[in-house]
Amino acid sequence: MDSHGDARAQGPRAESGAHGSLAKYLTGFGFAVVLTLASFWAAGTHLVWAPGVPVLLAALAIAQMGVHLVYFLNVSSAPDQTNNFLALAFGIFVVGLVVFGSMIIMANLNANMMPLEQLMQMQR
Amino acid sequence: MGKLTWAAIPFDQPIQMAASVLVVVAIAAILALVTSKGWWPYVWREWITSVDHKRIGVMYVLLGLVMLVRGFIDAIMMRSQLAIAARGAQGYLPPEHYNQIFSSHGTIMIFFVAMPFVIGLMNLVLPLQLGIRDVAFPTLNSVSLWLTAAGVLLVNLSLVVGEFARTGWLAYPPLSELAYSPGVGVDYYLWALQISGVGTLLTGINFTTTILKLRAPGMGYSQMPIFCWTALASSLLIIAAFPILTATFAMLLLDRYLGFHFFTNDLSGNAMMYVNLIWAWGHPEVYILILPAFGVFSEVIATFSGKPIFGYRSMVIATMAICVLSFMVWLHHFFTMGAGADVNSFFGIMTMIIAVPTGVKVFNWLFTLYGGRIRFNVPVYWALGFMVTFVIGGMTGVLMAVPPADFVLHNSLFLVAHFHNVIIGGVLFGAFAGYTYWFPKAFGFTLDERLGKAVFWCWFIGFYLAFMPLYALGLMGATRRMQHYADAGWQPLMLVALVGAVVILAGLALTILQLVISIRTRERRRDLTGDPWDGRTLEWSTSSPPPPWNFARLPQVQGIDAYWEVKHRRKESTAASAEGQLEAIWVPKSSAIGFVTAFFAVVMGFALIWHIWWMAAAGLAGIVLGALVHAWRVEGEVEIPVETLAALESARPEPGAAT
Amino acid sequence: MSALDVTDAPELLRDDEVPLSRRGPAATRDVVAFGFWLFLLSDIVIFATLFAGYAVLSGQTAGGPTGVQLFDRGRVLLETACLLTSSLTCGLCALSCVQRNTAATYLWGAVTFLLGASFIALEFSEFARLIAQGAGPTRSAFLSAFFSLVGTHGLHVTLGLGWLMVMMAQVTTLGFRPMIIRRLLCFSLFWHTLDIVWIGVFTIVYLGAR
Repeated sequence: MDSHGDARAQGPRAESGAHGSLAKYLTGFGFAVVLTLASFWAAGTHLVWAPGVPVLLAALAIAQMGVHLVYFLNVSSAPDQTNNFLALAFGIFVVGLVVFGSMIIMANLNANMMPLEQLMQMQR
Repeated sequence: MGKLTWAAIPFDQPIQMAASVLVVVAIAAILALVTSKGWWPYVWREWITSVDHKRIGVMYVLLGLVMLVRGFIDAIMMRSQLAIAARGAQGYLPPEHYNQIFSSHGTIMIFFVAMPFVIGLMNLVLPLQLGIRDVAFPTLNSVSLWLTAAGVLLVNLSLVVGEFARTGWLAYPPLSELAYSPGVGVDYYLWALQISGVGTLLTGINFTTTILKLRAPGMGYSQMPIFCWTALASSLLIIAAFPILTATFAMLLLDRYLGFHFFTNDLSGNAMMYVNLIWAWGHPEVYILILPAFGVFSEVIATFSGKPIFGYRSMVIATMAICVLSFMVWLHHFFTMGAGADVNSFFGIMTMIIAVPTGVKVFNWLFTLYGGRIRFNVPVYWALGFMVTFVIGGMTGVLMAVPPADFVLHNSLFLVAHFHNVIIGGVLFGAFAGYTYWFPKAFGFTLDERLGKAVFWCWFIGFYLAFMPLYALGLMGATRRMQHYADAGWQPLMLVALVGAVVILAGLALTILQLVISIRTRERRRDLTGDPWDGRTLEWSTSSPPPPWNFARLPQVQGIDAYWEVKHRRKESTAASAEGQLEAIWVPKSSAIGFVTAFFAVVMGFALIWHIWWMAAAGLAGIVLGALVHAWRVEGEVEIPVETLAALESARPEPGAAT
Repeated sequence: MSALDVTDAPELLRDDEVPLSRRGPAATRDVVAFGFWLFLLSDIVIFATLFAGYAVLSGQTAGGPTGVQLFDRGRVLLETACLLTSSLTCGLCALSCVQRNTAATYLWGAVTFLLGASFIALEFSEFARLIAQGAGPTRSAFLSAFFSLVGTHGLHVTLGLGWLMVMMAQVTTLGFRPMIIRRLLCFSLFWHTLDIVWIGVFTIVYLGAR
């Protein structure tokens, strides 16, 4: 619903720049296309040393996520964006912990797990 | 009707049947009373459809208190069973039933007592302390409340129609998988928690946005009360942790409903993954509960010592440190699941580190008390009881943080004693302190002090009697979740624990009695000034109860303890409010969307549990339709004219006048 | 989110000297956008959990088919193209909305919808093909993880398409009032975020299968 107490905040001044511009969207789109094509290329090419491909893919993915965040979502380090930026940082922290933490822990657990054949033996 | 048949009602199980009849009769009686007195229009208009954070807060706390009784009955049943089931005696609760009892006890206490209580207090207090009129999204707030209530209803329905989970409060697979829990119990558990989990997540978003984006003019981050900081940390944790629970439960639901293999034994599922993910949620969850309790104590101790909180900055840093660290310790819940020594050590050390900021807080509270003129009102009793009890519980936690020690004590009664120690000593004592402290603000009169002290002593003494024996029993080898035991030497301690439970029961009964008597004799303890405790923060600058919009003029905040400054500069400016004319203000309109959404959520949940697919679709359709109707609501606010505001202002005594 | 809504600043400081954090309650538009951003972050954590599950279980094929055997990168590139372009057109729709240009809003909204629907159609046919050849989610833990991760993303996109339709209907019936603009901006945040998640999906799931 409309917020009556908010009358002062409406109007063109309040909205310019806050939602990006045509130039920003097109630039971001351009970068994203390049990065996407680069990813698909990297996954299939023999020009890159094979063990390094996952790292390259990760870098390209992170770069493209950054492009989206900056060009499409307008997240930046501007003073009025601080809350958004910090929230994002916290989110990334949690995501990193959940994903990498789980991977490390599960790998550790699986490695220490009794082999399945032995386990089945115990149940007979 | 899917799997639902008349056999779902426990006709053949006397205890469940008796309980079901009791619950149904009680609810019917309440509904009949409300109907006969013609209260429905009032209840609908002023409470059910209210989007006022104060009303919502009260309803949350009420929900928590009612479920405390329900969960406590489970506790008494367990204690009495264990007091008699020694050395061959089977007690009166068969294992299948006992397993449901400990599962529902834990589920109810964590999700439907502690969470609602803590969220209720935050709801009531946050906007008032921040000097604003309501939370960021008032209608969403109502939705959150009613979704939580929907979860409560589903869990209680399991008593009457069907069964509850027998898996413990976290429902580990493979036991919780379809192969080993083919009944509806686990499904009741999962759907009740998924539904209420949505409500909780929305609350986290609501509070975080409120605290970060909506504070009175002049109130920067360094001027917020400590309770607001702890509420912020808790809300951030909710946003970050509850999605993990949602996704993990969704995976288990996919296993059970669609034959997926996330956690099954066959086709390469990995049950350990569930344990890992669920505790990645579970550990932050306990900090979600305790941080607001810490906040309550900061407010109470400062107020009743007549001093500002000692070490404001270090309190804030400690709070945010706990917020971050709480995400880095979760493996300590499954040291014994087989991780290597390196991984175990990392998490053991992190667990010990997280005790440090908590210690900082304890010292700050002590230093606040030191040199103050302490008034021993009931909230202070809870605060002092908390400091002793929580520290003991924390210490046993640090003990178990040592992996080799945990290998002995994991899943023993020592563990059970530890977490009850910190949850009762921390969360519950904090809840009661907050309840007593802010009751007059919500209702306009204080609770009876003498009865309040009696309540405290029953809980305090009862807690120690009930749980100290469990530490000993744990060290002697007693495990948790056991329905009977062979060693007759344990029985005396089990009996002491039962006595403790009975003392707590007395405390619970006195709590209810205190409420009833306080209401009956409320005129003696009317709070006419809005400031019964000589408080320091902005909520005490409003009337008791405050008008729906809290502040006719938003206060102009200069520093910490904004209201204290105002009271002690009475001669200079008027109130904490800005100069200038009163303007008409807009308050959010009541809405039935919360109740409607929850209603259809219950229909959908119940239908999914019993595999009644057409009904589930209907429930979902109801939710979507309700949302669409609400989306087209154009007028969402009501204007309060200046005359109303002016009239109320002139009727109030000057702030601090009565002190 | 740059509107600096100065309400009652403390008298001692000039308007521009008061730090942002002390200027009183923010404007509704900023409040709603921030709240929605928090919701999106919570949604990202859900995906993180599903990603974690996928990462742990991606090798657990129970003797069944592996990712390398099943995935068609050409199709995924096409899906990516659809979604990425729809992100651009969604941005254009948001710009049109802010400028209150009805025709452009409908146009870009429709294009976004078509591209999103194409994405869903492609994904749906992929799922159908996999299930038909016995590689459904019940075949192994790996496939359970695959279907739920990619499927949850697809579900979000589908819900987004529904939301987009509702928004177009709201523009038609209620016009460009502030409430509608706020909601459309929230939608575009949602849509962009789904594209960010998709970057993770196509990189880790499809390109990462080896």
